[in-house]
Amino acid sequence: MTQENCFHCGEPAIEGQRWTLDIDGEAKTMCCPACKAVAETIIGAGLKDYYRHRTALPEISPAQKRAASSEVREELKLYDSPAVQKSFVIQSHDKQSATHSAEAMLVIEGISCAACGWLIEHRLSQLEGINKATLNLSSHRLLVDWQVDDLRLSQILEEIHQLGYQAHPFSATKEEEKRQQEKKTAFRRLAVAGIATMQVMMISVPLYAGEANGIKEQYAFVLRMASLVFATAVVMFSARPFFSAAIRDLQTRHLTMDVPVSLAILLAYFSSVWSTFNDGPEVYFDSVCMFTFFLLTGRFFEMRARHRMNQAGNNLLDLMPNAAIKSTADGDVVIASEEIQQGDVLIIKPGQQIPADGEVLTGSSAVDEAALTGEYLPVTKQPGTALLAGTHNVESQLTMKVTATGADAQLNTIMRLMDRAQQEKPAIAILADRVSSWFVAAVLLTTLSVAGVWYFIAPEQAFWISLSVLVVTCHCALSLATPTALTAATASLREQGFLISKGHVLEGLNQVNRVVFDKTGTLTQGELTLETLILEDPQADKEKLISIAASLEQYSNHPIAKAFNQVKTLPCDDVQQIPAQGVQGQYLGDEYRIGRADFACPQHNLTPPMEDERQWLLLSKNQQPMLWIALNDSIRAGAKALIQQLRAHNIKVSVLTGDPSPAARKTCQELGIDDVYTGLSPQQKLEYAKQWQNEGDVLMMVGDGINDVPTLAGAEVAITIGSASDLAQTNADSIVTSGHLASLGAAMLKAKDTRRIIKQNIGWALLYNLIALPMAATGMIPPWAAALGMSFSSLIVVFNALRLLKKEADWHKAQLA
Amino acid sequence: MDIIYVLVPLSIALIAFAITVLFWAIKNGQFEDMDSPAHKILFDDDEHDPKPNSPKDDASQGSDHK
Repeated sequence: MTQENCFHCGEPAIEGQRWTLDIDGEAKTMCCPACKAVAETIIGAGLKDYYRHRTALPEISPAQKRAASSEVREELKLYDSPAVQKSFVIQSHDKQSATHSAEAMLVIEGISCAACGWLIEHRLSQLEGINKATLNLSSHRLLVDWQVDDLRLSQILEEIHQLGYQAHPFSATKEEEKRQQEKKTAFRRLAVAGIATMQVMMISVPLYAGEANGIKEQYAFVLRMASLVFATAVVMFSARPFFSAAIRDLQTRHLTMDVPVSLAILLAYFSSVWSTFNDGPEVYFDSVCMFTFFLLTGRFFEMRARHRMNQAGNNLLDLMPNAAIKSTADGDVVIASEEIQQGDVLIIKPGQQIPADGEVLTGSSAVDEAALTGEYLPVTKQPGTALLAGTHNVESQLTMKVTATGADAQLNTIMRLMDRAQQEKPAIAILADRVSSWFVAAVLLTTLSVAGVWYFIAPEQAFWISLSVLVVTCHCALSLATPTALTAATASLREQGFLISKGHVLEGLNQVNRVVFDKTGTLTQGELTLETLILEDPQADKEKLISIAASLEQYSNHPIAKAFNQVKTLPCDDVQQIPAQGVQGQYLGDEYRIGRADFACPQHNLTPPMEDERQWLLLSKNQQPMLWIALNDSIRAGAKALIQQLRAHNIKVSVLTGDPSPAARKTCQELGIDDVYTGLSPQQKLEYAKQWQNEGDVLMMVGDGINDVPTLAGAEVAITIGSASDLAQTNADSIVTSGHLASLGAAMLKAKDTRRIIKQNIGWALLYNLIALPMAATGMIPPWAAALGMSFSSLIVVFNALRLLKKEADWHKAQLA
Repeated sequence: MDIIYVLVPLSIALIAFAITVLFWAIKNGQFEDMDSPAHKILFDDDEHDPKPNSPKDDASQGSDHK
């Protein structure tokens, strides 16, 4: 048996299930008809360079495997209706040339590298009627502009689908627009500060040369005036965020770093203005500009990281489908989701999303509610049971009656809970902010004492010496000492699989005294795997039986089937899926059934061989029991070690889960956690969190599902796993991108080191400037020595911060494991 | 050296103009996507493919659109 991988998607192509395609005279193996169809499309369009250029394999979702079906084509036709297009397509009519074109923004799923973007853009450009097709690789958004008379939107979507990607409509929410504005304004401020810095530094050269060799007063004045103009632009425009933040701080009597920063900038600026017009000795315009520029740069990158996390998780609209099928007296009609009203009867086909809250009228199916509850096992739905908007219908067609729409749906209730939790969230006092309280005091004290001392020695120099101490100390300490440490720590953690997007996380990790975990998908992988196999007849061929089980399960849409994905399959005939029971089929003349015990062997009254709460399946041959299979959710890598580490640091550990089964409690106990609360709704989770916060705990919440979102929003530090739902990722402060919980352990250790290094840096900055500056100002040290000393001191601070780049020993161990 | 009275204000004016143009570019969305163009240049040198179903040729310079 040779192991071959599919040429297109890289998945193993199982022997007996291989398709081949002739590419450039060579026969390439594909794993399924879907991959072959996609490859044919790509080659047929003359775009086979895609395979040469791509740097990553495509992300194939199970939906792709149905790519060639006409069902999908029907679904895509829904997007041609004007009602659906109203919300995301911009139409424009050109009166002069009498043409009608339309523009839409689509979000593309499945992009794994730059070649994907190239592929999509080129393929679409080949279509007649396309005016423009531009893909933004970082946000995965495609802008299409097309002639309405020549091309339909559904055709565009189908082309994209045939290439192996999925397109959804994109509709900017208010948050998205606000973010765009924020980004543009921040960039403008940054650009002005940067340009001003360069100009003022350039002007400083003749000014300093003039101080050494002599310069005519008038010329010095002109140069100083020029610096003044640039610095004014910076102070009035670029530095404004610091001032507004400082004013807000003073009003709320809560000191943050913005107060000393604003103080330093304003003091330096106004004293330099006075100096310009009164022929004073020093101007500090270069300090003002550079200081602002450095600080803005740090904040700009932090903002970009935050936005990227928010963008990658799409807007809530993506969870709710845009169109639905309504059953009326005149037949089935497609309507936009906005038009759904209470009392409507809707048809939900398998694989579709449920567009509103309601009740099942006819049909029996399994519904995947993972998006809302985080539990991966679908829930059986019979007539009379409730359905929730945003969940997926997995098995077979259902008819439902709508009971709540839009704003009243459960999904939006969660959103509202989340908004409120966010507003009431207690703020973490960032180390830099706490430091600034005593920093302001320390700097003022230092400055005053310097002023006092020099007043007696050389009174006319006292003011300028004190000012230089203040300005330079602030600069060094606030723009070098703290930011470099935070940047180094963040970068190191990113490589260790922990992505931070909010500034307070590193300090917050230090203050946390209780960690709250969600169970499914967080402490566990969130997927079913084959755990135990027990043969009824010890003589039987276990391998063959497993293969038969897998062959039957591959026809099922139920998530249980995913557990069998890696198993080799055999050809079976006449396979039928019985909802909520199992799958049956024929192999070599025998009838095999797999599923519930009473379905597999109706005559016998069998129970699983082991008394536990795992998911048991029975495989039967001609209704005789053959093999018991137990499925379980495996524990996430690093979970146990992390719990031990938390315990060692005296941090309380709790679990809040939506899983109501006793197995949940057992899984947690295996990990060493006793404080477990099961069967909770999102609201109840939030209530527990609030209760603990009221008792004085600082919470870190680790979760992955939408049902965790309100608690994530309300906790001081919110962490998700990389595989989490988009909404959870958007509301979290950090993501464990590696999927391995050792990354979180590394983050907690790193946070302690960061705090230590920041304190060292600030202490050094204060001490050095206190001594060196006055000495330099009065000529005790030659200027070049002072300049050298300053650079050296800054380097020391930076190198000290670089110590944070070291990775944890545990991380290396985890990598090797 | 009196020319400095002309040159310095002139350079300030030039910078002001440069910043104005920069602001226009930001507003126009030129800085929206700073990652894709870096990748796009890698592919275009190999454009030899036949266009099987595209009689419309001004669409063939796909990635130059903006």
